[in-house]
Amino acid sequence: MLDFVQQLVSGVALGCVYGLIALGFVLVYKATEVVNFAQGDLMMLGGFFAFTFIGMMGLNYWIGFAGAVAAMALFGMLAERVVVRPILGYPQFSIIMATIGLGYFLRSVAGMIWGTDDLKIETPFSQGVLRIGSLVLAYDKLSVIAATMILCTLLYLFFNKTTLGTAMRASSENMLAAYYMGIPVKRVVSIVWAISAAVATCAGVLLAPITFIHSNVGLVLGLKAFPAAVLGGFGSIPGAVVGGVLIGVIESMAGFYLPEGWKDVAPYLVLLAVLLLKPEGLFGHHVRKKV
Amino acid sequence: MRFLFKTDYEDDIKLFPHSGYLVSYGILLVLLLIAPYVLSSYLMSQLVFVCIYAIVGVALLILTGFTGQASLGHAAFLAIGAYTAAYLQKYNVPFPVYFLAAGGLTGIIGAMVGFPALRLTGIYLVIATISFALIVEEILARWESVTHGNEGMRVKTLSLLGVTVPRDSPTFYFLCLSVLVLTIVGTLNLLRSPTGRAFVAIRDSETAARSMGVNVALYKVKSFAISAAITGFAGVLFAHKLSFISPEMFTLQLSIEFIIVILIGGTFSLHGAVLGAIFIVMIDPFLTYLKDDMPGMIAGIAATFGAGPATAGNIQSKVAAFASLNGLKGAIYGIIIVLFVLFEPLGLYGRWLKIKLFFQLFPLYKRATFKRQKIYVKSERNR
Repeated sequence: MLDFVQQLVSGVALGCVYGLIALGFVLVYKATEVVNFAQGDLMMLGGFFAFTFIGMMGLNYWIGFAGAVAAMALFGMLAERVVVRPILGYPQFSIIMATIGLGYFLRSVAGMIWGTDDLKIETPFSQGVLRIGSLVLAYDKLSVIAATMILCTLLYLFFNKTTLGTAMRASSENMLAAYYMGIPVKRVVSIVWAISAAVATCAGVLLAPITFIHSNVGLVLGLKAFPAAVLGGFGSIPGAVVGGVLIGVIESMAGFYLPEGWKDVAPYLVLLAVLLLKPEGLFGHHVRKKV
Repeated sequence: MRFLFKTDYEDDIKLFPHSGYLVSYGILLVLLLIAPYVLSSYLMSQLVFVCIYAIVGVALLILTGFTGQASLGHAAFLAIGAYTAAYLQKYNVPFPVYFLAAGGLTGIIGAMVGFPALRLTGIYLVIATISFALIVEEILARWESVTHGNEGMRVKTLSLLGVTVPRDSPTFYFLCLSVLVLTIVGTLNLLRSPTGRAFVAIRDSETAARSMGVNVALYKVKSFAISAAITGFAGVLFAHKLSFISPEMFTLQLSIEFIIVILIGGTFSLHGAVLGAIFIVMIDPFLTYLKDDMPGMIAGIAATFGAGPATAGNIQSKVAAFASLNGLKGAIYGIIIVLFVLFEPLGLYGRWLKIKLFFQLFPLYKRATFKRQKIYVKSERNR
């Protein structure tokens, strides 16, 4: 039983990271119908930025964190301006390829700048553990869970309650109509990319104490975030996090109870099952086909 | 400029629209046939890889370019073909049999992937094919009784009709070349048949295709099966060329490379597969060449502009250090993909057509001829 709870907590913590990356996918997808295959790499880059600020320049953890988030938000805007904006409106396949190319580029450049070793960030949560009876929970995992909750709530409120959030949803439905309604679509898209890169950075920094930062971490985790996003229904903010948590728990349970090898495959089997049985996901709404 | 006067549907679907095609492809074929006796053994080896990549490129074009179903899982089909060959070879099955068996098995698995894919479009299909490829990769690593797991499998030298064909012999090159030519001719014939027309109709509009009486589900599965089978054939050649296969060769990276092949070549014509294959295979030796020669060249340029020998040497060593950085190749790959998507969406073959048209219409060429339409109105979600 105790093992089960331990596995559950570490699965939830890992799942929250998947959820945060999936959240980035969902934000960009909601606003622009673009699937950003470089999302994981944005997370990786955010982790490296935080490492530079905290580990190399010796800044305070929170200042470094904020700095990394701000820097990555700017970087997200830049990436959108340079890579995505010129091809908005073209078939999705082109945009997918462009973001795959961007991911390649970021991975290699990060490898060139920061080397290929695993890096570690010292955080205030690194050492401590929380003991409840005989249950031992590490603070770094709990911090991931808490941060995910907060971010998810904030983003949900932002999308559903604020004017800017409504503008984003409108431009996602129909860019041209949104433009006619006076929504500055280009600026909205740019802001969405900034937010999504910022969320990715949060994921990267929170992840740093659990799995170390290296230039391929984005690819590995980014691929795991797809099942999370699909399970939640591409385009739903709570769905992304719930999907992420479910995938994380499934993965860690499969690693513990099933023979070796299932752990890596389980998320994708779930993904295929979801796509076959309920393609709109848990939280997505079914859209009828129109001619 | 030549005007083709067509009076019949038969004129419209001719393999060689006019005699110029026969002449130019004839010359190309002759050049390819004398290549092994002219080129160095390294270039020949690269040329074999060009053939294999081009076969996969053609397969991917049938699925992605002409049926409009994106796939990022073709490395898995290649792996299934390669492993089938390696496994059957252990039981002394002759080459023609396991060659066909590999294609057949991959085709059946392709159809099995195609069935669930019927319900998926766009990104969902891309994600599903990625997951399929990752699952296959894991199975290859774990099913040790058949695949020998991560240790990999040796592939014996090919023997065709009692003659051994080493992997770097001209005969092996001719084998790959003939498979490529057969694939291309077969695909061209497929594309001008009712099946090929149905593929293109599905790509352009599923609803329209259905209302014209095309059985969309059937043709999508067919497209998947044909594409997978051709990739399986390429897998056999790939296994023989490498003479050793292991799961980590068939990663997502390879699937992306195949997509890059058709993306760079051009997704609307079979020429694209070949041009893209040449590009992707030759970029490696080209980068190595640049790495070796670039520093000296730049130092030479600096010297002609009046830099002293000390400065020039300094520049040379700095450029050399930059060129031998670890991830430079990946970065260049990434930049190339992004640049092609942004500035040359029709690929290398599109560029060739533009240049050709420029001279044919000189001085009346209009850039807008090849401009694509942007669609902001219709969301792909609601399609």
